[in-house]
Amino acid sequence: MGMEESVNLDVPLIELKNIEKIYQMGEEEVRANDGISLEIHRGEFVAIVGKSGSGKSTLMNIIGALDVPTSGEYFLGGEDVSDMEDDELAEIRNKMIGFIFQQYNLLPKLNLLENVELPLLYAGVPASERRERAIASLDRVGLKEKWKNMPSQLSGGQQQRVSIARALAGDPSLILADEPTGALDSKTSREVLNFLKQLNEEGNTIVMITHDSSIALEARRVVRVHDGKINFDGDVNDYAAIL
Amino acid sequence: MLQSFKLALKSIWSNKMRSFLTMLGIIIGVASVIILVSLVNGYMSTVVENFASMGVNQMSVRLTNLSSRKAEVDDFYDFYSKNTDIFAQMSPNVSLMATLKKGNDSLTSTSISGCSEEYLDLKNYELEAGRNIQYADILSRNKVCVVGYYVAQELFGDTQSALGETIKINGYAFKVIGVVERQDDDDLDEGGTDDFLWMPYSIAVKMARSADISNYTFATADIDDTDRAKELLENFLYEIYKNDDLYRVTANSEMLDSLNEQIAMMSAMLGGIAGISLLVAGVGVMNIMLVSVTERTREIGIRKSLGAKRGTIMQQFVIEAAVTSSIGGVIGILLGAGVTGLAGNLMGINAVPTPGAVLISFSVSVGIGLIFGYMPANRAAKLNPIDALRSD
Repeated sequence: MGMEESVNLDVPLIELKNIEKIYQMGEEEVRANDGISLEIHRGEFVAIVGKSGSGKSTLMNIIGALDVPTSGEYFLGGEDVSDMEDDELAEIRNKMIGFIFQQYNLLPKLNLLENVELPLLYAGVPASERRERAIASLDRVGLKEKWKNMPSQLSGGQQQRVSIARALAGDPSLILADEPTGALDSKTSREVLNFLKQLNEEGNTIVMITHDSSIALEARRVVRVHDGKINFDGDVNDYAAIL
Repeated sequence: MLQSFKLALKSIWSNKMRSFLTMLGIIIGVASVIILVSLVNGYMSTVVENFASMGVNQMSVRLTNLSSRKAEVDDFYDFYSKNTDIFAQMSPNVSLMATLKKGNDSLTSTSISGCSEEYLDLKNYELEAGRNIQYADILSRNKVCVVGYYVAQELFGDTQSALGETIKINGYAFKVIGVVERQDDDDLDEGGTDDFLWMPYSIAVKMARSADISNYTFATADIDDTDRAKELLENFLYEIYKNDDLYRVTANSEMLDSLNEQIAMMSAMLGGIAGISLLVAGVGVMNIMLVSVTERTREIGIRKSLGAKRGTIMQQFVIEAAVTSSIGGVIGILLGAGVTGLAGNLMGINAVPTPGAVLISFSVSVGIGLIFGYMPANRAAKLNPIDALRSD
């Protein structure tokens, strides 16, 4: 996409500098992210792993431009996202990020095609091109024939594939998967993970958030978050060694 | 935009029962505005029509004559001849209380008046038979009369045989020279529209044993001139009397104006009351939209995470509210028109929904959707995508 071509490829896709996110819980301050710095380059497959309450979800919200940090800087594709307004963030999410959620988050009243079309709709892509690209995207996850179906008519694994198709439809720079296998059985989880690997091999940058170290081992790089700080960042093999 | 309409229709359709109940308030509100306003207008226009047929171009003058200051017939004729561009007819009016007698038959309620030869035209009546009073009759104080249809029927059986016959009034014998066409097609009663007798005012004055004439009737050629005509008359009378308590000019059009004013007020009042129900309906729309936003928090979160901006979400909900209430508005208009026609028939009046009432109630219902949809839509648009995604 135009936006990517214009930026220097040496610049990291994701650059977090000393990110802090502080929530006020009554009298108490909760430092969900306490000085996180992280670079992720194009083509990487990174797993962000951590227990619940470690701050990994907060980190994912910031990386996904769903939220802005209390302090620190976040550059996505060279653009400073740290203090953007609501609508600017929406545009960044739309153009740069494809989300894959644990609960699939498909709209139950839209059919598969309409669901996959949504990011393109918000990007202002004309109807005919929208349809074409959505169909192509559904084809990639092997659900082209079912485009007229409603999400409720599909199995969990299939629904997750639709949400992957939706994430791919806008041709984003970053695929952000939040516990993508959390709601799936082990066989379907395998399929989804293999598909993510395949996407990475095709050149897509993937960041996957998970609490499960065995899932994290499917990535090529692992970042572990603990008490709002990164306490491990390295190759997956090194991570496997310390487990 | 188109997408938002489709979405709105889809959402309305998928919650049929709830959508219908939401619309019901609008439907009842719009229908009642239309029914009330149309029926009042229909009823009142019947009243106005009846009233207008009594002659809105006429005005009457009533004088209190003093021995020192008085307006004579000749003064009025002078004034009249100077203003023929405005006035079409004029006639002095001398009322007599008397009984009509023909042999043993008598009529006691007949309205007897002395008038000029122009009175027939002034009243806009036509003769059924015979001739009108002429100037010569007035000059010579001829004992002739023109009678209403009822008088001819009662005393002579039919109009033709009345001509040339005599009627005794206070002992004087009057010759019937003309019969006026029947005016009231429905009733032919004693004391009714057709129970009258006209004679030259000169003879009437003599019979009344009073030298002065204190009533005159004028008619303008053009209805639009009534205000000016009234002013002219008042100026003329003020010149003579120097005191405006001594005369009174009453234009029929004024009564029509005040009647119209009352109608407008009544219709605005009833419309306003019905409008309150529209307002209540609007609160209903807002309530349902708020519920809808709460229910769809997750949907909003998903849409926002995929790049929907505030404006887009806002638009979706506002359009949904507006579409809901305009569908309600259209149904309400149809219902209102139907009931208006039916009720109009039953009441025997010609009541049709006025374009104004239809237009206003429709735009009010769309407006209500927009206004009362705005608050919930704004709440939806401002939802934080993270919180929204987390909700169930």
